[in-house]
Amino acid sequence: MSQFRKGLWRGALAAAAVAGFVTSAAAQMELKIMAPAAPGGGWDQTARSMQQALTQSGIAKSVQVANVPGAGGSIGIAQLVNNSKGDGNQLMVMGYVMVGALLTNKSPITLDQTTPIARLTAEYEAIVVPANSPIKDAKELAAAIKADPAKVTWAGGSAGGVDHIAAALFAKAAGADPTKINYIPFSGGGEALAAILGGKVTAGISGYGEFESQVKAGKLRLIGLTTPADKATADLPSIKAQGVDLEIANWRAVVAPPGISADQKKALTDAMDKMAKSKEWQELLKAKGWEDSYVSGDAFTKILADEQARTKEVLTAVGLVKS
Amino acid sequence: MEAFTSLASGLAVAIQPMNLLFALIGVLLGTAVGVLPGIGPALTVALLLPITFKLDPAGSIIMFAGIYYGGMYGGSTTAILINTPGESASMATALEGNLMAKAGRGGPALATSAIGSFVAGTIATLGLTLLAPYLVEIAVSFGPEDYFALMCVAFVTVSATFGDSPVRGLTSLFIGLLLGLVGIDILSGQSRLSFGIPELYDNIEVTTLAVGLFAVGEALYVASRRHIHEEKLEPVRGSLWMTKEDWKRSWKPWLRGTLYGFPIGALPAGGAEIPTFLSYATEKRLTKYPEDFGRGAIEGVAGPEAANNASAAGTLVPLLTLGLPTSATAAMMLAGFQQYGLNPGPLLFAEQPALVWGLIASLFIANAMLLVLNLPLVGLWVKLLAIPQPWLYAGILVFATMGTIAANPSPVELVMLTVFGVLGFLMRRFDFPIAPVVVGLILGPIAESQLRRALSISLGDPMVLLQSPISATLLGIAVIALILPFFLKGLGRFKAVED
Repeated sequence: MSQFRKGLWRGALAAAAVAGFVTSAAAQMELKIMAPAAPGGGWDQTARSMQQALTQSGIAKSVQVANVPGAGGSIGIAQLVNNSKGDGNQLMVMGYVMVGALLTNKSPITLDQTTPIARLTAEYEAIVVPANSPIKDAKELAAAIKADPAKVTWAGGSAGGVDHIAAALFAKAAGADPTKINYIPFSGGGEALAAILGGKVTAGISGYGEFESQVKAGKLRLIGLTTPADKATADLPSIKAQGVDLEIANWRAVVAPPGISADQKKALTDAMDKMAKSKEWQELLKAKGWEDSYVSGDAFTKILADEQARTKEVLTAVGLVKS
Repeated sequence: MEAFTSLASGLAVAIQPMNLLFALIGVLLGTAVGVLPGIGPALTVALLLPITFKLDPAGSIIMFAGIYYGGMYGGSTTAILINTPGESASMATALEGNLMAKAGRGGPALATSAIGSFVAGTIATLGLTLLAPYLVEIAVSFGPEDYFALMCVAFVTVSATFGDSPVRGLTSLFIGLLLGLVGIDILSGQSRLSFGIPELYDNIEVTTLAVGLFAVGEALYVASRRHIHEEKLEPVRGSLWMTKEDWKRSWKPWLRGTLYGFPIGALPAGGAEIPTFLSYATEKRLTKYPEDFGRGAIEGVAGPEAANNASAAGTLVPLLTLGLPTSATAAMMLAGFQQYGLNPGPLLFAEQPALVWGLIASLFIANAMLLVLNLPLVGLWVKLLAIPQPWLYAGILVFATMGTIAANPSPVELVMLTVFGVLGFLMRRFDFPIAPVVVGLILGPIAESQLRRALSISLGDPMVLLQSPISATLLGIAVIALILPFFLKGLGRFKAVED
């Protein structure tokens, strides 16, 4: 191909791109979403659901999902900050778990180096006890913890994760010393659930989805959810409404790389705003059982900052982070 | 016999042409990804989830089950032929299987693995049909102290894989235990021996270690020996198929492997590695041909392969009855159920009988399909060994690297693969057994975390290990297994003196 024809070809492509831009600006978006975890987990499922909603609703022309697993997202965020600076088509899924993981891993890279875009979903934590446990509600569990925090054993996910933080906050709200809680981390929800069903521990804490079918089958008793008091229903009692001041949600969000322009940030935020309202996304939320907790812009930036401060305080209190 | 009527109606669901097609796609895909180290069934199911969203639930879940079983078959094919276990559960198969292949008996090794998997898969699926509700009660009553005791039994029995010199075997085991410490400690959340390298926080990947030690190490070793003498591999020596003798030596290991695989697979923290190694150790101890072990004993392939597949059926017990995903693939299948709004758990059998029994029935069908697909291919597979050695081993290196990179796209992972490859080479050169390193990496962290969980729950009282009847029994077995050989040896010496 001669140089001339090559140039012509490029010109034609550019013209086509301009024409496309005129008809539909947003449909030209070619997004890349990084899930900083292995396929199958919550972040990966969020990224792939976004991919589905964004392409099916026509908000983006194409969406590529890439997995960068490792260390609670520390490896993914390092790649985002170091390699994607200024890339206005790149997003990364993250969540509350990453806030804690970056602190416990002493990651040199922090969330402050990313550009916050929007919070998408939330899942509330649930506290359960085996069906034959003498503990009936949050007050009784709080009393047991206040009497001797070490005797109340908790089963949940990884150390320093949202389950652990919620258990520590519960102890604090109950008036006990959160450094004394006897929290036993399990790898993977299944193992923790088996320990709770087998009555090996006093209580279990995890996302409600993990326990739902066992609670419905009467094998576990639901003490409550970490929802705001006004969200409580007869089936899903709120812990806060029972007088224990604990409110926490395991949220998932998207952030962009550092150094993107204000226009690029706006384009990404607009795309997320549209996606959150789309029929496709709402259907996916329902199918996955995810709570819609969409917040974008400065409001999300503030939430992110607040959660980092609160998490650091709790993790320092339970001794996972040295101040 | 309610279970059988339900199973019959399940078969009716599974043999609908569309569902048969899904099962076929599943086993083909599964075999393909099982062959590549690193790319396992879990990853495949994860990537397919968004695509299958539009399909009918029964069809896609049947396909996932096919992928699961297919992956098991594929993993053992590479383990036997090129000493590259596609996943950690095929590691025990590689030990004797690859020796058989090198001795020109790759055909029978592949055949006993395929038929053994079929037999074990069928018996275990039958077990799933009949025993699931009872088994799950026992599985849930297994506490951390009981797992720790089970690990003790595994450590003692698996020491049979240590080769002839206990000192060398223990050295290898301790290397494995040391490697098992690397990464974030699950109980305290603090990182150990990871030197600030984020990639090491997630512990050392078992497949990276296994592929490095087995495949890369061997390639280096073969290359270093070429100037001394060129080993000529004969792809086929004797019959391509299993002889009468092979059948006779295989059927008992198949059954014993199933007996290890199914119940341990059904335990929430059981896994597939422990039963395969237990089965290997048992066969090595019980065989009438001990001289064959180390030179390619068919029992050492038949047993672990059966255990591997039986444990795959075992993991479906807690998944279907409790909604407990106990392996990565099971977790993905759970996600598959959930995207249709189905919640596996105590109510699934009651709410979705057609789906559950359709799935169980399709496991039978997937097994039969795999056998039909794989047996005729045995002749083709062993041709692989006729490739000239330099090409074959270069190919293995490419293959091993590709698989590792695909599973974990990071340069650190490649460096680890290389380091483990060199380690594997040195261990071969100086005659240290390799399997105990992998055993240490797998069992060490489980034993440690379960013991610490047990002590945490008991507020530091070690008596908890003896108070649980399961744990006490298992520890008793471990002690007997440890002392008995010495005792028998002593008795033998005593007798010798008397004579």
